[in-house]
Amino acid sequence: MDILITEGLSRRFGDLMAVDSLTLRVRAAEIFGLLGRNGAGKSTLIKMLTTLLPPSAGSARVGGYDIVKDAGRVRGIIGSVPQALSADGELTGRENLQVFARLYDLPRALRSQRIDEGLAFMGLAEAADTLVKAYSGGMIRRLEIAQSMLHRPPVLFLDEPTVGLDPVAREAVWEHIRELRARYRTTIVLTSHYMDEVEELCDRVAILRRGRSVAIGTLPELRAGTGNPEASLAQVFSHFTGDAAESGAAYRETSRTRQSAQRHA
Amino acid sequence: MKPPAPDRARSGTPERGAPLPAPTPGHAVARYCKDVYAIAEMEVRKLRHDPGELLTRAIQPVLWLLVFGQVFARTHAIPTGDVAYIDFLAPGILAQSVLFVAIFYGISVIWERDLGIVHKFLVSPAPRTALVLGKALSAGVRALSQALIVYVLALLLGVGLDLNPLHIAGVLAAIVLGSGLFSMLSLIIACIVKTRERFMGIGQVLTMPIFFASNAIYPLSLMPDWLRAVSHVNPLTYEVDALRALMLANGTSDFGLVVDFAILLAAGAMLTAIAARMYARMGF
Repeated sequence: MDILITEGLSRRFGDLMAVDSLTLRVRAAEIFGLLGRNGAGKSTLIKMLTTLLPPSAGSARVGGYDIVKDAGRVRGIIGSVPQALSADGELTGRENLQVFARLYDLPRALRSQRIDEGLAFMGLAEAADTLVKAYSGGMIRRLEIAQSMLHRPPVLFLDEPTVGLDPVAREAVWEHIRELRARYRTTIVLTSHYMDEVEELCDRVAILRRGRSVAIGTLPELRAGTGNPEASLAQVFSHFTGDAAESGAAYRETSRTRQSAQRHA
Repeated sequence: MKPPAPDRARSGTPERGAPLPAPTPGHAVARYCKDVYAIAEMEVRKLRHDPGELLTRAIQPVLWLLVFGQVFARTHAIPTGDVAYIDFLAPGILAQSVLFVAIFYGISVIWERDLGIVHKFLVSPAPRTALVLGKALSAGVRALSQALIVYVLALLLGVGLDLNPLHIAGVLAAIVLGSGLFSMLSLIIACIVKTRERFMGIGQVLTMPIFFASNAIYPLSLMPDWLRAVSHVNPLTYEVDALRALMLANGTSDFGLVVDFAILLAAGAMLTAIAARMYARMGF
């Protein structure tokens, strides 16, 4: 069963085709990875799928709803954690969740229950009433994920979920992502630069290059595609993306990634 | 394929949930108000965590009333009819201090965009206008502290204040409206310029013309014709006019309170509609 479908989805910025007639299918309850270099179009794709950015051409459906015509309904059934830091440091962890519990129209009786459950699930119960600016990077990420799950969306988008985290915090975030899928059967679409992250989490992967999908499949399938079943993921990656020079968007994206990494650290 | 039921996911009823009643217009309005409230409440809460900001904001109105006001009251250079100059000035300074705070409101939105906070609001199902209206309302509520400062100061300076609770409520309403509309203007500018540096420059450039092309510190009758024409399309003029009528014991309105409030409401609604469209583009 495909819960997310794109058909020739494209987005142009001036002369640059950030996403170029992309056709993808993501199955319900799978963890799907979008892999690619800086500027490959991962973030642009996520922005379109989360209804933030209208496509230039093509279409996409999430949970059966068109991302343009039914944008409001799509927003109701997705959760999204952006790459940049998105929790408000001036509020406590609990207050951060309260705002969104209201915006997602959870009935009053359910709000505090969901908030407590989310905080406990993400291991933040003790820090619930501390201002977020005192949190560690890993705690902030877990809070952001808890916030995006308050309304139990069937589809969750994670843009670079562990960028800037230390190895221990990364392991913890991975563990929580896996548990999330196991408990709520959430479909998770994540972007990543990190080979180990993709290997740890993803059932299937699409490798993007210059806005196009150059390979889709499970990791063994992708390895087989390189002609070397023993290939490391890094080898798979460079096999499909080539050693192409990075695009012009790289500077901006690198600066953004580093900034958000700094803020999360 | 069978799409997952969105309404269930939204309202959060358990997975087996019974079919929900069709949403009524009343329900939609209630939801809308709840979204506005959620944003406004969050902003005000942040202020509670950091009340120091309120003190720094008190400095400017104090200086204007104590220094500028005292000096100009002595010169008798500005004819204000039966009203003493310091009385005339107090509502103007209140409106001005509200304006100065509101016009820089947009910087917080640039900050939120550089982080991922704007993104999170925009992927939520809350209507865009509800998001910006919540922000406008919170800016309005924050501005109420300015009223407290100016009232206390005005009492100390012997300004003849009208303390009728109904009129005070009118003053607060005018402040919330004025602050809300100028914060929406600020948000629109923030969405256009997108960087803090450019925003600060434009904020500085805007405040003085808005302030001087109004009746805040001198009556409209003193102005040359061209400036009076400008002041008539300046919402601050109508805010000051309403404040002067409601705040002072012997205050009068040039335009009438109905006109004042109608113009403030209309300008606020227009700016909110524009701000909502611009705010959505912050997710690009």
